[in-house]
Amino acid sequence: MIQHMMNNSDAAGSASGASSGSASSAAVIVQDLTVVRGGVPALDRLSLAVPRGHLIGLLGPSGSGKTTLMRAIVGVQVVKSGTIEVLGLPAGSRALRTRMGYVTQQASVYDDLSVRQNLAYFRRIIGAPASDIDRVIERTDLGSVAGRLVGSLSGGQRSRVSLAAALLGDPEVLVLDEPTVGLDPVLRVELWALFRSLADDGATLLISSHVMDEAKRCDRLLLLRDGALLADDTVQGLLQVTGTDDVEQAFLRLIERGKPDLRPSTETESEAER
Amino acid sequence: MNLTRTFATAGRVLGQIRHDPRTVALLLVVPSLLIGLVAWIFVDTDLFTDIGPAMIALFPFIVMFLVTSISTLRERRSGTLERLLSMPMGKGDFILGYALAFGLLAVFQTAIAVSFAVWVCGLEIEGSIWLLFAVAVADALLGTALGLLASAFARSEFQVVQFMPLIVFPQILLGGIFIPRDQLPPALEAISEWLPLSFAIDALQAVAADSESAEWITAKILVIVAWIVGSIVLGSITLRRRTP
Repeated sequence: MIQHMMNNSDAAGSASGASSGSASSAAVIVQDLTVVRGGVPALDRLSLAVPRGHLIGLLGPSGSGKTTLMRAIVGVQVVKSGTIEVLGLPAGSRALRTRMGYVTQQASVYDDLSVRQNLAYFRRIIGAPASDIDRVIERTDLGSVAGRLVGSLSGGQRSRVSLAAALLGDPEVLVLDEPTVGLDPVLRVELWALFRSLADDGATLLISSHVMDEAKRCDRLLLLRDGALLADDTVQGLLQVTGTDDVEQAFLRLIERGKPDLRPSTETESEAER
Repeated sequence: MNLTRTFATAGRVLGQIRHDPRTVALLLVVPSLLIGLVAWIFVDTDLFTDIGPAMIALFPFIVMFLVTSISTLRERRSGTLERLLSMPMGKGDFILGYALAFGLLAVFQTAIAVSFAVWVCGLEIEGSIWLLFAVAVADALLGTALGLLASAFARSEFQVVQFMPLIVFPQILLGGIFIPRDQLPPALEAISEWLPLSFAIDALQAVAADSESAEWITAKILVIVAWIVGSIVLGSITLRRRTP
């Protein structure tokens, strides 16, 4: 596993470079993105790259701009300046709408329809084959409640319905905003196993969380604070640089340092300051 | 525009409502109950003959406006609208899907309201009952279309509730129910000439009294239909895929 991560760490160096260069290896390229919400900058000249086929964790305290970044990548956020490319196309392009899956923080499904009716509707909007409904029900383990009204389900089940809807049509890029929030540990482990298997099948997953523990399951981490990127590294790399064995500690150390950047070029510099 | 998505949306909206029998019941009988109440108020006078047709224009119009604007707003707040707009869902498909679903409900609601007014409350209709029904349906559809337009503009429930007095009340006040429109001050009369509800009330009163030709009434219906189409188009344009 560690070997696996080290390999990713190597790949990471070139992926970071990808923000200025080769588009083929990156699923999402964000450059100089500035988003203003309620008069204050929610994201400030943010640049990053999300490599293809990986599980990328987007971490940061609430209010750090995670949701805004995800909305911008999906193309439903008004953007002030900067560019976002997804799969080589500008974010929000018509052609991307069938190739991306998006799960909002709240379960955005219809409470007054059954699980199956919800999925049947979204399937028709996407234009995915009818067999997809059973496939995503099985993948999200909702078979036993498929006929029930979503409003009568538990919070965890509802969020899985929302996730199931995003899996329709086998999207190449999945943007999941806190998909495991409020779930019990067993369910969380199951969902992360699902995310891993989706990435193994070639999908790119950008998953936000404020539970630092979950970070360990990601291939790479993006640490966001006050709309700026604090770190863009593998878990292993992050722990090494900060000299801890705990992601939460690593995050706190980065904040203490006050150096809002940990990309390779500045790593040594911030080390020296310590 | 895509018919599959439009019809899928209309079917989904109707499916949601079907799971809420109380809403269906309220939607279908409330206008009739209100018409019955008005008939009862004026039972000892012959005023109901004059204002009864206007009531057929009024109550379905208000009910459809409210129900439509709130339900699309609910979609916005639940996050489902954002999800749909991140999918290959056309803005026009969305608005038209809602218009079809609530339009169908409006047809049933109007059929019940017209029947109730004529056969239970004894509203005298000199002209064609079918023409009366046609005007009433157009009028209820107008309520749906304006409700969609209002919710495309509104960003919160509070705003939608404010749009109701803003968009609906002036049309009622200037529609000729309180005093005939030709007795209004000239400026207000000129404004009332343009308001869609005025056309509906004029047409319904004309059918009830059989005072105008079928062509004249059809012309009024066409103006209402133009308002419906205009509202739906404007609502589709106002709906934003990207929000702040």
